[in-house]
Amino acid sequence: MTEPFEPVIIGFTCNWCSYRAADMAGTARIKYPPNVRLIRLMCSGRLDPMFVLKALSSGADGVLITGCHPGECHYLVQNYKALRRYLLLRRVLGEMGIEPQRIRLVWASAAEGVRLAEEITRMVEEVRALGPLNWPGRTNGHLEALEQAAQQAEGEPV
Amino acid sequence: MTVESMSQTNHQERIGVYVCHCGTNIAGVVDVEEVARWAAEKLQRRGVIIARDYKFMCSSLGQELIENDIKELGLTRVVVAACSPHLHEQTFRTACARAGLNPYLCELVSIREQVSWVHTDTAAATEKSKAVVAGGVERVLYHEALEPLHVPIHPATMVVGGGIAGIQAALEIADAGFPVYLVEREPSIGGHMAQFDKTFPTLDCAACILTPRMVSVGTHPNITMLTWSEVTDVTGYVGNFTVTVKKKPRYINTDLCTGCGICWEKCPKKVIDEVFEAGLGYRKAVYTPFPQAVPKYPVIDHENCTYFQKGTCKACEKFCPTGAIAFEQEEEYLTLQVGNIILATGFDILDARRVAQYGYGRYANVFTSLEFERLSNAAGPTSGNIVLRDGMTVPKTVGIIHCVGSRDRNYNNYCSAICCMQSLKFAHLIHERTGATVYNFYIDIRTPAKAYDEFYQRVLGEGTIFCRGRVAEVSDVALNPGEEGKLVIQTEDTLAGRQRRIPVDMVILSVGLEPRQDAKEVAKLFGISCSADGWIIEKHPKLDPVVTMTEGILVAGCAQGPKDIPATVAQGAAAAVRVLARIQQGQISLEPVRASVNEELCSGCRICNGLCPFNAIMFHEDRMVTEINPALCQGCGTCVAACPTGAITGTVFSNEQVLAQIDGLLMHNVEPGPLEPAAPA
Repeated sequence: MTEPFEPVIIGFTCNWCSYRAADMAGTARIKYPPNVRLIRLMCSGRLDPMFVLKALSSGADGVLITGCHPGECHYLVQNYKALRRYLLLRRVLGEMGIEPQRIRLVWASAAEGVRLAEEITRMVEEVRALGPLNWPGRTNGHLEALEQAAQQAEGEPV
Repeated sequence: MTVESMSQTNHQERIGVYVCHCGTNIAGVVDVEEVARWAAEKLQRRGVIIARDYKFMCSSLGQELIENDIKELGLTRVVVAACSPHLHEQTFRTACARAGLNPYLCELVSIREQVSWVHTDTAAATEKSKAVVAGGVERVLYHEALEPLHVPIHPATMVVGGGIAGIQAALEIADAGFPVYLVEREPSIGGHMAQFDKTFPTLDCAACILTPRMVSVGTHPNITMLTWSEVTDVTGYVGNFTVTVKKKPRYINTDLCTGCGICWEKCPKKVIDEVFEAGLGYRKAVYTPFPQAVPKYPVIDHENCTYFQKGTCKACEKFCPTGAIAFEQEEEYLTLQVGNIILATGFDILDARRVAQYGYGRYANVFTSLEFERLSNAAGPTSGNIVLRDGMTVPKTVGIIHCVGSRDRNYNNYCSAICCMQSLKFAHLIHERTGATVYNFYIDIRTPAKAYDEFYQRVLGEGTIFCRGRVAEVSDVALNPGEEGKLVIQTEDTLAGRQRRIPVDMVILSVGLEPRQDAKEVAKLFGISCSADGWIIEKHPKLDPVVTMTEGILVAGCAQGPKDIPATVAQGAAAAVRVLARIQQGQISLEPVRASVNEELCSGCRICNGLCPFNAIMFHEDRMVTEINPALCQGCGTCVAACPTGAITGTVFSNEQVLAQIDGLLMHNVEPGPLEPAAPA
């Protein structure tokens, strides 16, 4: 392969802090690599671990989770719940052979456009160094089982 | 969710995609025509029937374009790729509503803040824009037609901070006929402005223009003043806040006190007044901060009162003619219902000791600007005589150093906005009252408001000497006989291109403004955010400077950033108008972002029950199901994410919407799907 690998990273942002940090990075014209595609949630607490599994299993090479700094959550304490889920999810993913660098939690306040841009840049570099995740190949047929589990979690009939 | 399952959901939807150039803001980096053409072609099977690009989508012509398409092509969903939803989501939702489409069937995706402004490579930025549009199209398929929630607005308003910003806001609202609670931490309202002598550029006496307003506040039938009080807890949401206010004990029965002043006359305990007199003067242990204080009632300073510390004295009680002294008073907590809260908590000045090279705290005759305000104030500790720290010597030469702790990466990067004019005012006052030679050491003179530069010209004409350059240090080390007994200002004169040593008798440090020491805690208490510097972040720096990102919490004055008195007053009034507009409507529309439980699916596991910090989740023991109270739910979605059976759904951010957006962002909905190896043909 002659072309360098360009990872695709899905980023989850909080409406109150990190999405505004991304806005601020834009307003201040701070540059970061175009590999990250952001999704706005109301709170990092809204992040269902299923979203991360879905992103990784559908072709994303990494997932960035962002939220308000501890103690600064717009909904008081919900980012702590995001933190717990993140730590657990990272362990689960680790057991599935997913490198820990592929899932990253970053706290970024509405004022921290620079910090968010830096963290995105760092993550893109790390994931680029890891290479493609190629989940379907890796999971070797377990993908269907995972999707079933995801659907169960959604409450849909399997 | 596979492409197959997705394809069952579309087809009946007719989606319009609108890609904005934003002049060259987006089009300069992203090939917007290509994005629109691509969307029309590649997302056709997902329901996109039209994709257009336009120079300014937010302009009235751009909005008409969308409205016409909705009417003529029968669009059922709209995706706009433009700026951040925080800027124009409402604009495009309103446009859709005008054309008869439910506003919540519109999705605004950001290709400006998140693409064109942060990326430079056109090919990569265009590719990302396509992905972002694909994500928006996929997501919008799962949007629901919603109605905004209407909640009643409590007519009372709380203003936190009794400086000029808070006073102005309180008076505006009260004059319009609505109740206001004005909470002030100190014993009197008035804030920093009450400490000043003259106000630039007109040199009106600060007390002369401020005290009538303070009296109006004190006597206004619609204003409840809560001085010597602090907010300790805030719950609820816009329209319906419940605020707990701690009333610190004054140890004075205000029903009996007449403010005659005999108690502080008789009090034997003298204390250095660090707050109002900036450490230059004394007050008693029972005191009002200044003669025109509103309210007129004194407070007893528990830390310094001889009776409280040693158990004997009670001089004030003995002499009080009305028996108003009440040593037994205890702190009291009030619970108040308000609809809106205006934060006018003001600023602190930078601790000049941090700028060690200027010798404040080491050399007696180095003063801060606030100290000088008290020194020059006719009601101050020296009765307005400008003298050295010994209390008698009139200075012959004075050096005023600008930008102390401001515009300096070692302290604060920002400009404190008021110091130039304040320093010019000091120069004028010193000239007028002492005839001393005055030096101003400045980096740039910034006098941008009405009549400010004229004042600068006036001070120039009075003979003040201006030396451009940042002062290196202030020292008392004399290098020649002329410097003996003086403070020597060592500075670079950048206009002459040389170093200078200027001996002076008095140094005034024009210290910068800083956020209140406890600004971070206050922000947390009220659920708002502060910038990295610590100033409260406004909703929009230009278009919405008095509103925070939390609905119902507004900001006015220096709490939002350094500003002069005219700007502070303007913000106080502006915040009041925003509140009044809300109150007049009687109710407010809220985003219908709420969670709800499908009782059929709820297994009664109660996992969600402990997750809600707003107590919106109730468990019905009888039916073994959970219910969410929509009036208390704030829409964070944490319970939605936690529900193992998928019984909880969150509007606007449903699982289906987010999962679909992931698929879209990864271009699974594009024909043919390049990233989906298993995609059916």
